[in-house]
Amino acid sequence: MKPFAYARAGDADQAVAEALAPQARFIAGGTNLLDLMKLQIETPAKLVDITRLPLGGITPRDEGGVSIGALVPNSDLAADPRIIADYEVLSRALLAGASGQLRNKATTGGNLLQRTRCYYFYDTATPCNKREPGSGCSAIGGVNRILAVLGTSEKCIATHPSDMAVAMRALDATIVTQKPDGDRRRIAIGDFYRLPGDTPQIETVLEPGELITAVELPPKVEGARHLYRKVRDRASYAFALVSVAGVVRMDGDVVASASLAFGGLAPMPWRNPAVEAAIVGKPATDANFAAAADALLADAKGQGSNDFKIPLARRTLIASLRELTGK
Amino acid sequence: MLDAIFGQGDRNSLTMDKPHPDSLLDTSVQGVISRPLDRVDGPFKVSGTATYAAEYQIDNLAHGVLVGAKIGHGTVTAIDASAVKAMPGVIDVITDYDTFIRNPQQGGETTAPTQGVKEVGYFGQIVAIVLAESFEVARDAAQRLHIEYDYAAGAYDFDANRDQSETPPASQIPAHYTQGNVDKAMTQAPVTVEATYVTPSQNSAAMEPHASIAVWNDDALTLYGSYQMPTSDAQQLAKSLGISEKKVRIIARYIGGGFGSKLGIAPESVAAAIAAKRLGRPVKAVMARTQVFDATVRRSNTEQRLRLAAGKDGKLTAIGHDSLTSNLPGEDYFEPVGIGTHFLYRGENRSITHDMVPLNLLLSGSMRAPGEAVGMIGLECAMDELAEKLGFDPIDLRKANDIDADPEKDIPFSSRQLSRALQVGAEKFGWDQRNPRPAQRREGEWLIGMGVASAARSNMLQQSSAKVEIHADGSATVSSAMTDIGTGSYTILAQIAGEILGIPVEKIRMSLGDTNDPPAAGSGGSWGATSAGSAVYLACELLRDKLAKAMDVDPGELTLKDGQAIGANRSVPLGELVGQGMEATGEIKPGKMEKAMTQASYGAHFAEVAVNAVTGEVRVRRMLGVFAAGRVLNAKTARSQCLGGMTFGIGAALTEDLIHDQRNGKLVNRDLAEYHVPVNADVPQLEVHFLDERDIYANPIHAKGIGELGISGAAPAVANAVYNACGVRVREFPITCDKLLDGLPAL
Amino acid sequence: MKFNINGKTHDAEVDVRTSLLDLCREHLGLTGSKKGCDHGQCGACTMLVDGRRINSCLTLAVMHEDSEIVTIEGLGQVGDLHPMQDAFVRHDGYQCGYCTPGQICSAVGMLGEVEKGWPSHASADLTAVELSDAEISERMSGNLCRCAAYPNIVDAIREVAGKGDRQPVLEAAREIGA
Repeated sequence: MKPFAYARAGDADQAVAEALAPQARFIAGGTNLLDLMKLQIETPAKLVDITRLPLGGITPRDEGGVSIGALVPNSDLAADPRIIADYEVLSRALLAGASGQLRNKATTGGNLLQRTRCYYFYDTATPCNKREPGSGCSAIGGVNRILAVLGTSEKCIATHPSDMAVAMRALDATIVTQKPDGDRRRIAIGDFYRLPGDTPQIETVLEPGELITAVELPPKVEGARHLYRKVRDRASYAFALVSVAGVVRMDGDVVASASLAFGGLAPMPWRNPAVEAAIVGKPATDANFAAAADALLADAKGQGSNDFKIPLARRTLIASLRELTGK
Repeated sequence: MLDAIFGQGDRNSLTMDKPHPDSLLDTSVQGVISRPLDRVDGPFKVSGTATYAAEYQIDNLAHGVLVGAKIGHGTVTAIDASAVKAMPGVIDVITDYDTFIRNPQQGGETTAPTQGVKEVGYFGQIVAIVLAESFEVARDAAQRLHIEYDYAAGAYDFDANRDQSETPPASQIPAHYTQGNVDKAMTQAPVTVEATYVTPSQNSAAMEPHASIAVWNDDALTLYGSYQMPTSDAQQLAKSLGISEKKVRIIARYIGGGFGSKLGIAPESVAAAIAAKRLGRPVKAVMARTQVFDATVRRSNTEQRLRLAAGKDGKLTAIGHDSLTSNLPGEDYFEPVGIGTHFLYRGENRSITHDMVPLNLLLSGSMRAPGEAVGMIGLECAMDELAEKLGFDPIDLRKANDIDADPEKDIPFSSRQLSRALQVGAEKFGWDQRNPRPAQRREGEWLIGMGVASAARSNMLQQSSAKVEIHADGSATVSSAMTDIGTGSYTILAQIAGEILGIPVEKIRMSLGDTNDPPAAGSGGSWGATSAGSAVYLACELLRDKLAKAMDVDPGELTLKDGQAIGANRSVPLGELVGQGMEATGEIKPGKMEKAMTQASYGAHFAEVAVNAVTGEVRVRRMLGVFAAGRVLNAKTARSQCLGGMTFGIGAALTEDLIHDQRNGKLVNRDLAEYHVPVNADVPQLEVHFLDERDIYANPIHAKGIGELGISGAAPAVANAVYNACGVRVREFPITCDKLLDGLPAL
Repeated sequence: MKFNINGKTHDAEVDVRTSLLDLCREHLGLTGSKKGCDHGQCGACTMLVDGRRINSCLTLAVMHEDSEIVTIEGLGQVGDLHPMQDAFVRHDGYQCGYCTPGQICSAVGMLGEVEKGWPSHASADLTAVELSDAEISERMSGNLCRCAAYPNIVDAIREVAGKGDRQPVLEAAREIGA
């Protein structure tokens, strides 16, 4: 860990002002940032401690839905009665992630910004375009069992590790930020993450010094079933090989609405409208579920040891849809 | 091995040249032996006051952080320390190209390991240590240290280098053993199995990383280290440093797990010692978790070709178990894959061979039950395959091949309850509920199956000594350079002494893990309890004789109980008999019994697993082990040892896979997030049962090793259950979901 | 800087990079909390901070100047053990002891979470938590134990939680007449 300046902010205005310093980073839970700083994968010159900011509550919004403060710890969010009642997929996703200790510290905002667990990103002795732009991707042609099959580029095949963010994607969350100039913006989660392309080091649309202050969820889908299914190598405390977050509402035998997002497959929490289109307005049949899987995986590309993720995702999605539709 | 440093004097020595039918543990009346007593060190462990290597509070300590090579093979050409030496708080950057150890040492060796770090033999090899006034500064400086290398081509790919394989020299077992003609038997037998099983490299992943604090007092070194075998570790350290072994003291009171990875010295010890000498102040060096993975020791990957030939009666006519493993060039330790195969089943034609591929990957060495832990995977999965081909119940097949004499040496077994363990286990587990046809039982999305495997682990005795003193206040002290790595040594040695001397366990002070105490073999190979336990036994036997003399009675007439010596119608407090104190040293040595009898502990593993029919995820639902390992010294700690072994088996079967990048020899999953040791949720309530047994050929306490019995056979029981559950036979371990997917039912 | 640990105020001058774990281990002589991985992957460093169990290796000391910190040393000491510590001894919920302080702090924090009604991945119904063995195992999965005392750890925690006390050790002892 390199030395850094440490500043404690009392409010959001002060925080974003402090964060204008070169190579400044916000720190809240710190569970991912400090992990990476110890390995000198992250080397901020300044940490702005935002844990004293009043960004802690979960509050109903006038227009329906809830606003989740950026500093709400993962465990509190998962256990919140409103979240359990209206957004069960989010509770389930949070509880499927990390450990009790980590969930107690990790925050809502920080979880969205988790960085990949790619072996090579974590090893500063190897090339990695995400860690060191232009150095090359060691995962392509290397050990890539845990890496992505969708949305990759020739520069990077890293997966996004968050479970929470997958549920947020299925729930059409909106990320609320404050910029250093005081401007606030609301970013749909579908617009928040960036695919690696030629710049895998840039993972979101956040600008330097821009602070996540809240995440908003739209009103709940009445009468919908929720599911978060995570496939992993251990029964607990392991990252997803594949995960499915789903919110599906039925009208008799017909799928009235569906939102489906996927983890473990791509550099960002993955969602593809074609998957939902394959089932919405149609009867809940295996044939339609298979079509949804086809749509999901049409462009999937394995890299060798992660080839299995393609059939695994297919099977997991179909089984998830059966459960979500009560079939 | 310890002869050189075993002193002479008033001591009770025993070489196991003949059976020892009578044990004082059976005639003493204190009633503590075998009892499930709580660990005597328990309160210290649960309150955080047990002191592990890195936790000694020592003044003026410099913090050392080790630096590993960033190439897989080649030469260090320059270490440019100028920039980091200029960092505030950095004291120095130290290396010693000749003296730093390149490879850790294997357990029990009394020589220095391979030294010299200018040559880089594997990625992460420790080449320097950065010293600073704080850990934070040292860590930062170590990461910034600039090292230049000449790269050399390395051998990293097992498959690509298999034609370079060599036959290593014999170790515990010969590298190659053949008897009869397996090829011929295979062509003649009505039923055969030929299959190749592959197991990956594994890491012991003890929770405490390797750590040393080195303190010099003039020319004498005290090293607070996390080591399983302090007596031989001190010899290794002395040889590495070129000083007299009398000048090295190792203190290892508490060891945060070892499982073989701390048998021999690791690089942090020598680096800390050299740095402390140069700086003239104590140095602490704790390996980072990534360094434990990169630069300590692994269990070798194995490729095992199994050949079994049997008659229609199920009786084996041939066993072939030919293995290929790997190690660093120049290292001759080989994973003794076939060690259990030598004595487990009948079969007049036998081929058990071990060859080794030299690879530029970190040292391979002992990890919990070297040999059996992975060798039993090949043998016991092949037996499962054979049972299916024969239409035999897997338990019946094993019973049909149980034997009453060693199949290779024409000598008897010292004790062996294999069939009984299988029988008892089958009843307790409900084996009759198993459907012999795979993939028949389904509960929702889950396919349920049961598997069985024999358990066997060779038994060893190692030269060890211990001193026992009875004090004037009637209390006692037991001291030995034995260690407790979580096995329960503190407790069972106190129980042995308490039982024989009639002293309540709470009045016995234990001193272990200090080479100033009588030398002992330490903890490894499941020999710790029996070896050090026998030494304590012998010391107590002599004390008992002395007490009898003081009482003026025949030893046979003396009863020792609750601190009283009772005989000739008198009852005298021990304190009154011992005057200023009474002491004796006991010493055990292996002898002719080792060769006259094949000694091993046995058991049976049963597993019930659920395989997710959609995803291939495997969950162990139930597991049961029945074990016979001679006298159980403490039913609580012995059971815990078995739980630990069984869980290691779950990891070996399902999750653990140390993966090297074949392009450059780098370990890719070198942390505890991606090297998957089982977590609590992976392990159901495990059931452990013991069969009562005494082994009079093994040692005077009639016990055999138990710490590794629980792993030997555990993984194949799980693997066989996976096959029974879903009908997919995975021969490449671990059985992760990706390997099952293709064989699962269509959705 | 001042830190409130185990009800006492401690003064220490630390590097801004010093983790809460290293503050305790390297500066204050509180070595009960263990460093197993230093990256939040093993749980050996678990402490109770403001009543919540966290990985003390993954937080900076400087961020906890006004936190109430409880380490294993603060839960109980030899002769005056916390009920959870005592249960770990009786159920042999450890072997080498290195993960043990973290397991115990984690278990204490975990039972507090259950008391608040927090669900887990093992909860079929997120609104009605019943502390089964599967619940305990899932909730304790952030604490690795390589010696694998897991079944005994579950036994110890179940007993402290008042959910029944199995005695599998006694059965094993009976079998060998001990």
